[in-house]
Amino acid sequence: MMDAARLESILSRYEGEPYDLIPVLQEIQDTYGYLPKDEVKEVARRLKVPLTQIYSVATFYKMFSLIPKGKHQVKVCLGTTCHLKGGPRLVDSLCSRLGVEVGYTSKDGQFSLETVGCLGSCAQAPVMMVDDKYYARVTVDKVPKILKLYQS
Amino acid sequence: MPKFESLDHLNEYRRQLRAKRDPKQPQVLVCAGPGCLPLGSEEVAQAFRAQMEEKGLNGKVALKTSGCHGLCARGVRVLIRPQEIAYQKVTPADVPEIVETTLVGGGVVERLLHEEPETHARCQHKGDIPFYRGQQSIVLRKLDVIDPESLDDYLALGGYRSLRKVFFEMTPDDVIDAVERSGLRGRGGGGFPTGRKWRICRDTEEPIKFVICNGDEGDPGAFMDRAVMEGDPHAVIEGMIIGAYAIGARRGYIYVRHEYPLAVKRLTLAIQQAREAGFLGKNILRSGFDFDLQISQGSGAFVCGEETALIASIEGHIGEPMPRPPYPAISGLFGQPTIINNVETWANVPEIINMGPEWFAGIGTEGSKGTKVFSLVGAIHHSGLVEVPMGTTLREIVFNLGGGIPGGRAFKAVQTGGPSGGCIPAEFLDLPVDYDSLQQVGSIMGSGGLIVMDETSCMVDVARYFIGFLYEESCGKCTPCREGLKQLKKIYEDITQGRGEEGHIALMEDLCAAMASASICGLGQSAVNPVLSTLKFFRHEYEAHIRDKKCPALVCRPLLKYTIDPETCTGCLACVRECPVGAISGVKKEAQEIDQELCIKCGLCFEVCQFDAVRRE
Ligand SMILES: Cc1cc2nc3c(=O)[nH]c(=O)nc-3n(C[C@H](O)[C@H](O)[C@H](O)COP(=O)(O)O)c2cc1C
Ligand code: SF4
Ligand code: SF4
Ligand code: SF4
Ligand code: FES
Ligand code: FES
Repeated sequence: MMDAARLESILSRYEGEPYDLIPVLQEIQDTYGYLPKDEVKEVARRLKVPLTQIYSVATFYKMFSLIPKGKHQVKVCLGTTCHLKGGPRLVDSLCSRLGVEVGYTSKDGQFSLETVGCLGSCAQAPVMMVDDKYYARVTVDKVPKILKLYQS
Repeated sequence: MPKFESLDHLNEYRRQLRAKRDPKQPQVLVCAGPGCLPLGSEEVAQAFRAQMEEKGLNGKVALKTSGCHGLCARGVRVLIRPQEIAYQKVTPADVPEIVETTLVGGGVVERLLHEEPETHARCQHKGDIPFYRGQQSIVLRKLDVIDPESLDDYLALGGYRSLRKVFFEMTPDDVIDAVERSGLRGRGGGGFPTGRKWRICRDTEEPIKFVICNGDEGDPGAFMDRAVMEGDPHAVIEGMIIGAYAIGARRGYIYVRHEYPLAVKRLTLAIQQAREAGFLGKNILRSGFDFDLQISQGSGAFVCGEETALIASIEGHIGEPMPRPPYPAISGLFGQPTIINNVETWANVPEIINMGPEWFAGIGTEGSKGTKVFSLVGAIHHSGLVEVPMGTTLREIVFNLGGGIPGGRAFKAVQTGGPSGGCIPAEFLDLPVDYDSLQQVGSIMGSGGLIVMDETSCMVDVARYFIGFLYEESCGKCTPCREGLKQLKKIYEDITQGRGEEGHIALMEDLCAAMASASICGLGQSAVNPVLSTLKFFRHEYEAHIRDKKCPALVCRPLLKYTIDPETCTGCLACVRECPVGAISGVKKEAQEIDQELCIKCGLCFEVCQFDAVRRE
């Protein structure tokens, strides 16, 4: 267990019933950035949900990850409008600059690259997001400038 | 905020609130909706705060951050009330001038006014802008008026007024009657009559029932539900209270996707405010009716917008749809009768009660009543949110409200209904938009995404995109959807990579027929719409890809060729720096050349060249 108290404080907000599974996993994902094995086992025991069900849930929904993510999450929108307005070229540019494929973390552990269905800011397509910040009407030449803001 | 123990108490509070508020008090509303936020709404609001402080305007001028003002393409938008001056593209640097000229001096900053694309005419007032003139708003009415985090703002505009009528003058059956007579149909896609669904649920004998708001909004290119949840969360809650009373539910859930953190935050706050004010909880306004609400967050699965999958997800399972019947209205959440409606559907309900079903039924067409909110995006001047009476024509929406197509390009198609919808060509621009007429041309209303495409879009690529999206999102439970999408995806890849064959089109049509009739849920059943509608209206483009190995719109990568024009190339090397495979070479300040063997046709060089020296054909 990485931090028993942290998990305890998450679990204490729920009733301990099987239907609490997804919200509990969401909080663990938000806190740790992924679903650590030991925590998952403890959740299974406490909510009386079989481990297999937890892993089927964790692999079905896109927000869950079983491996740690990078320090910064880069999400490129590939919704319809962003697709039409050059989203795929942003993905190419990011892949080559970060040296990763979509779904992976850069070697230095700084950035994880993901694509999403639509961020809801379609009027400013193409849109990308780093952590909680949106970037509007991104063109390929803006990519290095955006990444620089996060390179420590 | 007091806890309202009775109606008189609420009315008295509302009266005081109105008396305290001076309608002539200047107000600055900074849009912080989904379109303006990424352009810097917070920085603009901050600049206003600082400037107003400096000029001693605090207390005299009210500053609010609000929901979407509609015309997102020209954000950050700032509206000055009561004059209704609409400023566009405001940056923090513009704020001192607005404060000085408008708030202090009473004048107008001309350069920040809306400008019409073709005529360059400036419009000073919101109501002068053609984009707004053609609209009629019910659901979006309050978005550029209230601060979504203020219950007082909502109450001052008559919020929670409908509860009086519902609890004290109407029986649950009366409420259902009213919703039926209004003609309201579900805004989440299928267009099922809302009142009829409620009646089916009410007529079940079960004592425990639920209401759910579907705020999943998975359709790429649609953001109206997000805008309503973020901009007017109490309207959704008020609608759900009415629905719960009508069917006899004591608990409700709002299911919001986790990609919308601000919607989650605003709804959480609004639920808490409503509970403190006594609109949720036990014995609401001493009516004897108990009802409470909670939020359930999605975890990133498009199929969870489907109602049976959504229910499974709230119950803690993976989001696999179930065959229907039984419909959720009979057996839904935890096996109990459950009403699921879309965000916009719920938000219409309080107005139907307040204004009366006849008023609502007086708007729209024979089969589709009321208004519809669309997110209008793509190749169009005025991207944003519009709300128009059902039956407004596509031409009106695209050209009069949307201001037409930029860059002097030609209109090619409008895609409606997201991945379950279809592409509608120019010949149907005069089609009145309602549930039935869209279906007649092979598309659907869907949730209301309208994506405008010009000649730079390839319709084969658009269909390929939707099939790829649905292939990724299919839950895989039933074979026709799982295998059908896989085969369709493979055929699209073949066609767009130059391996198209004569029999492909017929094969696609066969696959579509099987999927439409045998898939369990709407995802598989309607996945055929983007395929069949593009095949019907844009078959020549498929043929160009298959027979001539050409993409007429210059989109499908493997069919393109990039070269550099030696006459125009300045040798700036911008493209050389960008090319991921090192395919471009030459001497600095001289013309560059692309090695066709190495080029992967990513188009990055084309995008970065400032001198139009890269040719694509
Ligand atoms: C694959 C799929 C995704 C859907 N996504 C949504 C959605 O995001 N929001 C929504 O309101 N309805 C969605 N629906 C429709 C819902 O299943 C349901 O019909 C709707 O929420 C009912 O509400 P309404 O009667 O107010 O339209 C989806 C349906 C399918 C088949
Ligand atoms: S149609 Fe597709 S998404 Fe729906 S249940 Fe079948 S496999 Fe799952
Ligand atoms: S299209 Fe891409 S790979 Fe080809 S030369 Fe241009 S940048 Fe390089
Ligand atoms: S970016 Fe354009 S002008 Fe500059 S070297 Fe490349 S092709 Fe030539
Ligand atoms: S399509 Fe990218 S934000 Fe909607
Ligand atoms: S988000 Fe500001 S106008 Fe739509």
